[in-house]
Amino acid sequence: MAEASGVTMDEVLRVAELANLDLTAEEVPQMQHNLNAILDHIAQLNELDTTGVPAMAQVGEMLDAAVESTGAALRLDVERPSLDRKSVMAAAPESDGRFFKVPKVIER
Amino acid sequence: MALSNTTIDQVRASVASGTTTATAFAEEHYARIAAEDGPSGDGLTGKGINSFLALSRERALAQAAKIDAQAAKGEALGPLAGVPIGIKDVLTMTGSPATAGSQILKGYMPPYDATAVTRLEAAGAVLLGKLNCDEFAMGSSNENSSYGVVRNPRALDRVPGGSSGGSAAAVAAGFSVATLGTDTGGSIRQPAAFCGVVGVLPTYGRVSRYGLIAFASSLDRVGPFTTNVRDAATMLSVLAGQDALDATSSDRPVGDYVGALAKPVKGLRIGVPAEYFGEGLDPEIRAAIERALDGLRADGCEIKPIALPHTKYAIPTYYVVATAEASANLSRFDGVRFGLRADEAKTLSAMYRETRDQGFGPEVKRRILLGTYALSAGYYDAYYRKAQQVRTLLTRDFLTAFASVDAIVAPVTPTPAFKLGEKTDDPVQMYLEDICTVAASLAGICGMSVPCGETAAGLPIGVQVMGRHFDEETMLRVALAIESGQQ
Repeated sequence: MAEASGVTMDEVLRVAELANLDLTAEEVPQMQHNLNAILDHIAQLNELDTTGVPAMAQVGEMLDAAVESTGAALRLDVERPSLDRKSVMAAAPESDGRFFKVPKVIER
Repeated sequence: MALSNTTIDQVRASVASGTTTATAFAEEHYARIAAEDGPSGDGLTGKGINSFLALSRERALAQAAKIDAQAAKGEALGPLAGVPIGIKDVLTMTGSPATAGSQILKGYMPPYDATAVTRLEAAGAVLLGKLNCDEFAMGSSNENSSYGVVRNPRALDRVPGGSSGGSAAAVAAGFSVATLGTDTGGSIRQPAAFCGVVGVLPTYGRVSRYGLIAFASSLDRVGPFTTNVRDAATMLSVLAGQDALDATSSDRPVGDYVGALAKPVKGLRIGVPAEYFGEGLDPEIRAAIERALDGLRADGCEIKPIALPHTKYAIPTYYVVATAEASANLSRFDGVRFGLRADEAKTLSAMYRETRDQGFGPEVKRRILLGTYALSAGYYDAYYRKAQQVRTLLTRDFLTAFASVDAIVAPVTPTPAFKLGEKTDDPVQMYLEDICTVAASLAGICGMSVPCGETAAGLPIGVQVMGRHFDEETMLRVALAIESGQQ
């Protein structure tokens, strides 16, 4: 596992950028401290040798091996009504009734 | 009829017979909420429980009138006819805001009902309103709600647990006969234990997640809170079943949960995992669970020690998997389609960042950052893939154990409800609250919390019963035997 106790301030800022989060100046060192504490705890997973162990994303895949007819089932590919556009647009912060409006997209 | 001790069957019977009406029941519960849920002090006479975030009076009273008309005509009534039920505010219900406990969804009016909500109403339930919870269901004490903490009705200076704190408190306080909660790492079972009510985590895929505001999709589940095991079986029989709107909902036939309760537990093999009874376990909780096991033994169960050897890795595994999924799921909150938008932003990317900075609380940001870090280039294999592999090992532990036992009995929490503010400064300490609940979440099995006494100080104690995938019947039978042993 990667350096568990070594998340730097720069890394916190980089991850915040990836996550589209603007952290305040006070939040950055706090988050750095918290992340390192949590990652220290998570480092315990290194004690386990997981060579050859399959990764599990969801329980259905474990059960499908043992039992048929469980977990994900695809629905029939038939037409059905979707949500009413008006009710969806009503919840938008800004809309012309047909589209969502957003600030300028091209930034240069 | 007194509100406390009102069961689903009592409500239904008294509405059917005309002893009282669904409307009267709804009004009585609203009156109690008005009297006790609000703040105290400064001439205010509430208890400051703060469980309800919004009341859906119009919808509730229309439904109650419909049930009363059916009853008056002698028509067949649904299994939840006239039963007042509250909904955790991470589920959508038209006509009421859905906030997920977050500022980023303040005032959001969802355009559709969650499947669980639709099913309850179709069975005759009267939906009272939306219940407080930790922001995006992230928390173990309900202290992460951006709409104020919830107090534990059994001890007002203590937390109700989380994240479904409002759902547990509303049942414990008699504001609602039953409620819906959600459980990703313990968020139904732990607050049920803290508030002294029954809470059920159904098997993953048993209850549709459509209309549940997603936290971690491979872990999120919807389940009921009730005052007793029989009511929980009734609620589950209404909620369970495949849904075309949730591709992970299972097409397995739904069991007869209420009927199963009539079968005695004699001959069942009950596993007791040593890993759940370690040093940190409160001695009063240990003693209460041992009494419950003695009761099961007296009922003819075989009590067997079992091993779940990877238990200590469940918390670190959970906090990688759950935060990774959360970082992806919560990217949809960007100020474009619903909820909050930061007004000042000049460009689209600034609007995303400012909206999310203003809208998310510290715990949500912490988890998004952790999840983004675990999924980022260079760390994916070390964290996310590793955790997914350990998730396999944790699930195998349960599959192996269930080859030789029919149910597992363990604590729900290492301690009874803690004081408000006691653990808010240390995220890792708060995460460790989930130590007895996250393994079942990762493995997808069913589990529930059943009251089994109280501490000398009068705080409720819960015992956890876990069952095989899709074997809610056996779990409920064992839970009923434990409940019967308390009386």
